[in-house]
Formats: sequence, structure tokens, C-alpha cells
Amino acid sequence: MKLTGAQALIKSLEMEGVDVMFGLPGGCILPAYDPLLDSTIRHILVRHEQGAGHMAEGYAHVTGRPGVAMVTSGPAATNLVTPLCDAYMDSIPMIAITGQVSRPAIGTDAFQECDTVGITRAVTKHNELIMDPEDIPRLVREAFHIATTGRPGPVLLDVPKDVLQAEMTWYWPDGVDLPGYRPTVKGHPRMIKEAAQMITAARRPVLYVGGGVLKSRAAEALRALADLTGIPVVTTLMARGAFPDSHPLCLGMPGMHGNFTAVTAMQHADLLIALGARFDDRVTGRVGAFAPDAQIIHVDVDPAELGKVRRPDVPIVGDCRQVIEELVEAVKAVGTPQADRTEWIATLRRWQADYPLTYEAPEEGGPLKPQMVIETLRDACPPDTIVASGVGQHQMWTSQYWKFDHPYTWVNSGGLGTMGFAVPAAIGAKVGRPDRMVWAVDGDGCFQMTAQELVTASAERIPVKIAILNNAYLGMVRQWQEMFYDERYSEVYLSPDLPDYVKWAEAMGCVAFRVETPEDVLPTIEKANQIDDRPVVIDFRTDSSEKVFPMVAAGASNDDVLTAPGVTPARDLAR
Amino acid sequence: MAHHILTVLVENKSGVLARVSGLFSRRGYNIESLAVAPTDDERFSRITIVVDADSAPIEQITKQLFKLISVVKISELEPSSAVERELLMATVRADAASRSQVIELVGVFEGKIIDVGSEGLTVMLAGQPSKLDDFEDLLRPFGISDIQRTGRVALPRLERNTPRLRSVKGKVG
Repeated sequence: MKLTGAQALIKSLEMEGVDVMFGLPGGCILPAYDPLLDSTIRHILVRHEQGAGHMAEGYAHVTGRPGVAMVTSGPAATNLVTPLCDAYMDSIPMIAITGQVSRPAIGTDAFQECDTVGITRAVTKHNELIMDPEDIPRLVREAFHIATTGRPGPVLLDVPKDVLQAEMTWYWPDGVDLPGYRPTVKGHPRMIKEAAQMITAARRPVLYVGGGVLKSRAAEALRALADLTGIPVVTTLMARGAFPDSHPLCLGMPGMHGNFTAVTAMQHADLLIALGARFDDRVTGRVGAFAPDAQIIHVDVDPAELGKVRRPDVPIVGDCRQVIEELVEAVKAVGTPQADRTEWIATLRRWQADYPLTYEAPEEGGPLKPQMVIETLRDACPPDTIVASGVGQHQMWTSQYWKFDHPYTWVNSGGLGTMGFAVPAAIGAKVGRPDRMVWAVDGDGCFQMTAQELVTASAERIPVKIAILNNAYLGMVRQWQEMFYDERYSEVYLSPDLPDYVKWAEAMGCVAFRVETPEDVLPTIEKANQIDDRPVVIDFRTDSSEKVFPMVAAGASNDDVLTAPGVTPARDLAR
Repeated sequence: MAHHILTVLVENKSGVLARVSGLFSRRGYNIESLAVAPTDDERFSRITIVVDADSAPIEQITKQLFKLISVVKISELEPSSAVERELLMATVRADAASRSQVIELVGVFEGKIIDVGSEGLTVMLAGQPSKLDDFEDLLRPFGISDIQRTGRVALPRLERNTPRLRSVKGKVG
């Protein structure tokens, strides 16, 4: 069967089970948009290519299937660089398809030409420039294989216009032949056995759970391991929801803005069982002072993570779910009972009681406390609500105060820290899980970066809900200037009224509310939750002086947790 | 200089060298020299990379390299268990007064004269990199106007059957 390259491309995507893609057409990708009219694939027309990328990420976050973004060449491809880098840092499976100028024009600085493959080489797991239409099915198949196996990540295919127009003979490859790509999924049996013995004997162990547990769909296996061993669990920013916050063994989020118990438990641990985590600087604080007494079992599907930051005592390369399942069996086979950890658990309970997450009650008639808004929102939504966030204070508060009891309910930009992630990612998440309520908790600074995608949401009838915690500042930067730059505020003020968020949202086809008093918080959220035919935006006017606590200052040791005002200085109690 | 030699078997496709060199620059590893050549299997090429041993742990470098889809196999060669060779070409000023001395030097090093001009000679030498260093130092006083070195290529030293020495202990009595 003869097809054009464009038909082969769309057919290949269908063969891979793609049901939706996010994109925006233009010159070089035009041929691929024609067969799309006859395809079963739903295309969501974005207003900016960055939005397409983040939507694909949001879709992938909640479904586990690769998100697909298709845009044209040149500026469209460069607009996709940020989401590609974001997906690369957070190991999100994603397929990007970019148009390219026709083969004879490559290298001539043609209109809308750029070296897309060169530009995106450092921010993709793999990329290819397709120079022969016959290669399309094979390269699409390979792209999906690479994006979704091993450590997932974004793969980009750059397709010249004349390759899309040329004819090819259709085929669908049986499999992939990539001699340089064979991820290890099964853990080494000797290492598993050794790890099981260490786990059984440890007096003060902590399960240090990262995003890899979600990527490998290992939440159930993790639960089994924790229940079997009684070992407490910390879930990093990328792993919120991988272990239920309501579980008695859950200590919550560690790291720079983690809660005191999670941070300090790792500092005092004699064994860290790192599962799909990468010892990120936002978790470890000063690396030399991190968990000084702990032996390390490190499980990761990416061998390069083992020993990159901290040398593990037992390195295990493998898929987290498979390795955790193997660990459960190996622990059962050890034969001796788990070491006595009553003292360790009692210490953790004492820390939890002494250092709860707290914030000061709002002053009478004063501005809203952002934490109170998040708590109210959390309690007013179904427990399996998907919540997305941007980057900054609102992100940390959401991660701290939301109760994540289900995996794949938290969508955020962890590694790259991309402001403006929330709105498009929430839209992508809602497309992936239309059955779920999807909220984005966003900051006013973040919102202004990608808000135009609410036009997309309105046009495509994607009923996401956005809570802007509007404190009129780039809040996290403001917090650092207050704490570390002698309150010298430089270029952080944004104004609460410019833009007028309600009018702006309404102009984009959303229902919009403004909330300024505590009494209005819950009723307005309830009103928003009733609306299911268009996007809703709530402009919450929050206290600009509020800071995120606890905090470990950048470059400081995790022994030095700065707690919220009014909580006992941490040092006294940790001894 | 302390160095590591990596021989990296890669898919013979466009852009692979850029992937490898891009990875080195992005992760802050220093390349001392790099040589690419086809192999007997046309699907693959071999890149020989000499890495400054102090710039990063070699384990991390190889692990990161191996993440590239186009990288098929990596072998690290201990300098002591590898044979390394490099090629040097240089154009040296050699007028009537100094010509015979240059020719003599080339002879001593078992190099070759590959081009002759009225005012100079182009010479070549293949050999161990340290020998090339010596050759270069000794040519310099004559005046080198152009010099090119290929960077080293390396292969593992072959195993040899050492004569077996039979243990005589226990045979006594």
C-alpha cells in the first residue's frame, strides 16, 4: 500500500495507540495535518507550542501513556524546548513531532529553519531527523519504545516537509532493533538478597521514594514492602501519592521544604532504601552532611544514577516495581524477623507531634492565608482529584498541605522548575482523565506565563479549574530576598490587580471569581466544583508576607531545618 | 598526564559524534583527544576517546555515555594493558643548512619524509604518543610551520600464552 509520508506518520501514531495529540500547525508540518482530518486521533489546538508540550506532559503524568505534541519547524520547535527539557528532567514519556524544511533546503538558513535535532539533543532522551519516508514507521515505533521503556523520557522526531509529501510503501515493523538500547529491568539476585538482609537488620531505616516508583507503576508493590517491614516512607516532590499520606508509616515530603520529621528521619537513619530517587540537591541539602550514618540501598533503572551523587552500599539496577517485588520475596526469605524499631518509630512520632506543619492564623480582616485556601480546597474536592501546580511557594504549599492518597494525582514540574507549567499541564491531565476533577493551584507569576491556554480549554471544552494564589509577588523569590538579601526586594512585585484576573479569565471563556475574605473561600470553591462545562478561575487574594516553612537554606545541612515562627527551634529537639 | 582510554562502538549514523561530544561538554568532562574510524561492520563506527582522568570519575562518564541510544558498547582500556598509536604530520623549515639534520632526525625516529619543498620538508611519524611528543620537541628548533596529530587510537593488548611452569611441590616423595 502506497502512502504519503504524512499518512504514514499519522497511521504510525494510530498504530501506537495514540488517541489524542496537542499541537499547532504551520508551514513545514502542514502535510501532516491533512491526514489528521481522517484520523481517529483527537487533536487539541493550542495557543502556544509550549502549551502543547506541557499538555502532553500532563497527559503522560496521569495516564502513564506517552503524551504527543506536534508542531511546525523553527520557532515552533524552539518553543517546545522548555517542555522537552522539563520532561527530560522529570522522566516523562513524551513524543514530539516537529516539521522541518524540505531536504534540499536543510542547511541553507531557509524560512523557519532551525537545527531542531541539534538544539534538542541535550534535552531529549533521543531524537532523529527523518530523511527517508520509508523510515517513518520504524522510527515512530522506536521513538515510542525508547520514550516508554527504561528511564522514560521525551523523544523528538524531526520530519522535513518533502519527506511528509513523498510516497512510501506502508509496513509496520514487528519490533525494534536497537543494538545500543537494552535497559536492565530485573535486579541482580545477589544484590537483592544482600539488600533484604540489610533491610531486616536495620534499626532506623527509611524508604526514600522518588518519582521512579510512579513511573514503574510500583505503588502497590511499595505498599506491600512497607507493610511487610514496617519501615517508614518519605515521598519526594516527584513521588507524592506513590504512598498514601494517610498511611501511618508515611512521613510525607523530605527536602528543602519538606516537613521536619521527613527531613530529620533521613538525617538520623542507619539505612536509606532509595527507590527511583536520584539524591537531588533539593532533597539532600549539602551532600556532605546528608544522612551521615546511613548505609544506602539504591534502586534505579538508570545505572548512571547509582553513585552519581552518593555511593550506594548496595546498588541495584532495575525496574522499581520488579525490584520491589523481588525485595518483598527476599525479605520474607531472610528467616529472621525485622529488627526491633519501636524506639525509632516512637522518635518519629514525637517529632511529628512536636513539629507539625503549621501556619499562623489570619488576622481579623487581613488577607487570606494561602495554606488555608489549599486545605479548604483539598477538603472540598473528591479524594482522587488531580492537582497540578506551577513552581514556587504555591507548589510547595500544595505538596505540603494536600493529602495525596492516590498515585498519579499530583502533576508538577520538579527537576526543571518550570514556571507556567500548571495551566497547560492541568489541561493535558484533564484530557487524559476526563473522569476526574482536575484543579491547578497556580501562582500569579506562573499564571501569567501560560494563561492563554485557557482559551484552548474553553474552545475544546476541557473543564479544568484554576486556583490562583495571588499574592502580587514572585513569592519564592520574595521569600529569599526577605531571608537572605536583607529584605531588599528587587523586581519581585507584580501587583494584585494588573492584570485583572477575573476579567482576563472571562475574556478567555472561563467562569471567574475573586475571593478576598475567609468566609468566601469554601462557598466559591463549591460553586466552582459545580461547573463542569467550562474552565473556572478563582483569584484568591493571599497574604504576600507568608513564607514557606520548614526550610533548609540553599547549601545548608539538613540538620539545620528552619521551622515556622512559633515552633521550637529544631536543633534543640533533634538531639 | 593521567588519562583513561575509552573505545566506544557507536551506530554509524549522522549526528552520533555530536551526541558524544555534546555529552562531554554538557557534563563538564574533558576530552584529551578523540578519533573516529569505521569498523569492519559498516553499521558501526569506533570512537577512541582519551579522557582527562581528573575531570570526572570514569564510571560516571561511561554510564552517561551508555545512555546514548546510539552507543552500542564501551570498553575502557587501561593504558598499561593497551597498545596506543598516533600519527603526526609536520611541515618543518629545512633550508640547505639544516636539511640534512632534519632528515637525520626523521631517520633516527624511523619516520618518513612525505613531501619536499625548496624551503621545507613535510614529515610524518606514527608511534606511541610519548614518542611523538619527543619527536615534536626535537623538530621545534628547526621551525615547525604546520603540525597535525590524529589523537590516539588504541586496542587492548592481546593475551599471550605464557609458558606453563609446572608446580613441583608435592611431587617430592
